[in-house]
Amino acid sequence: MSLLATSNQTVGPYVHIGFAKLYRDDLAGGSGAGERVHLTGRIVDGDGKPMSDGIVEIWQADGNGRYAHPESSGSASEFKGFGRVPTDRDGRFRFTTIKPGRVPVPGGALQAPHISVMIFSRGLLRHLSTRMYFPDEPSNAQDPILRLVPKDRRATLIATRGGEGLEWNVVLQGADETVFFDF
Amino acid sequence: MAEIRGYRRPFWDTQPEYLFPHYLSTITRAPSKPLVIIPQTLSEVTAPIFGYDEIGGIDNDLTRQHDGQPIGGRMVVSGRVIDENGKAVRGALVEMWQANAAGRYRHEVDRHDAPLDPNFTGAGRVLTDDDGRYRFMTIKPGSYPWRNHNNAWRPAHLHFSIFGIGLPQRLVTQMYFPGDPLLEYDPMYHCVPDEKARRRLVSAFDWENAMPEFALAYRFDIVLRGREETPMQNVMSGLEQGE
Repeated sequence: MSLLATSNQTVGPYVHIGFAKLYRDDLAGGSGAGERVHLTGRIVDGDGKPMSDGIVEIWQADGNGRYAHPESSGSASEFKGFGRVPTDRDGRFRFTTIKPGRVPVPGGALQAPHISVMIFSRGLLRHLSTRMYFPDEPSNAQDPILRLVPKDRRATLIATRGGEGLEWNVVLQGADETVFFDF
Repeated sequence: MAEIRGYRRPFWDTQPEYLFPHYLSTITRAPSKPLVIIPQTLSEVTAPIFGYDEIGGIDNDLTRQHDGQPIGGRMVVSGRVIDENGKAVRGALVEMWQANAAGRYRHEVDRHDAPLDPNFTGAGRVLTDDDGRYRFMTIKPGSYPWRNHNNAWRPAHLHFSIFGIGLPQRLVTQMYFPGDPLLEYDPMYHCVPDEKARRRLVSAFDWENAMPEFALAYRFDIVLRGREETPMQNVMSGLEQGE
């Protein structure tokens, strides 16, 4: 059988009605073993205006590099790895989570610690997919996905250390545009 | 680790591009640089999986969330979530939200001069069963004006969000109603280049699932991206070409 996937449509401006029930800004809870991380960021559009009506979803492995998913091998933890928050008036989002471990690629090489990020909003006809990497992380230099990104744009995917924890800003469009992925 | 069976790329013209200037909001939000194509690793082929602890027992009945009945024509909306290979997607989280019968959302930024319904919130969620089936009981939403262009009206629609079993299956879409004359004027609908793909966003009138003397019914099947038949052979070679 060969069907074709349903077309994406924008979430529109009223997405919060549908998504609010599963908002989760604290992934760490009491369970996840690993380094606790406070992550904050801000999303701006091509005019530099805050994206104040968007949704950010994150998906990540636990501190041992294992996903809460049947295709991920290794011993299970209670860490679920999913977060979802709305952006605020200033385009900001915040999560508390743990730093994920390194996840393998076929062949055995390891990826640098990273968090998968999806952005939904009015004006996005399908969601944007990207990744956030960690600062001061030597394994970034060998990460097989980062190496696919033009060198002068890699910094858009790597968080910086801020006052409260990690800071990672997203630019939807323009000269400093964040790298978005297609997979 | 084991090999990874990736998900097929979308068929040409069945998915919208980010920039569609007739929908004005895309102009400042669409990426201006090409997306970077990456192979699917474990980080991509996995996705959050939800369970019944996150879903209330009647979360799929939008007519029973308040003391009274919402105004509007009751309808059953049901269908299957399957992948491109025809396989049922079990346990998929389906979230749905919509306007009320007057075309007004219960949302602070909706300024449409139409009444709110104290008995209607307009959001539900459900997990698909072993055959990939889902079912909502709700009321038919109204059309409503928006400010994209002069005399702009959205055709009646339901918003759907689906989590499959891998990130490539994450889908947000809108379901429309058969015979709606506003479809031809709607840039959101027309952002999908392929006409056949657009038509698949239109539900079917579902006489067989109507409930006599109670509710009409519409059917909307949702297809998520399907997996390749064989594991990706070129993942590492693709990665090694990176620098």
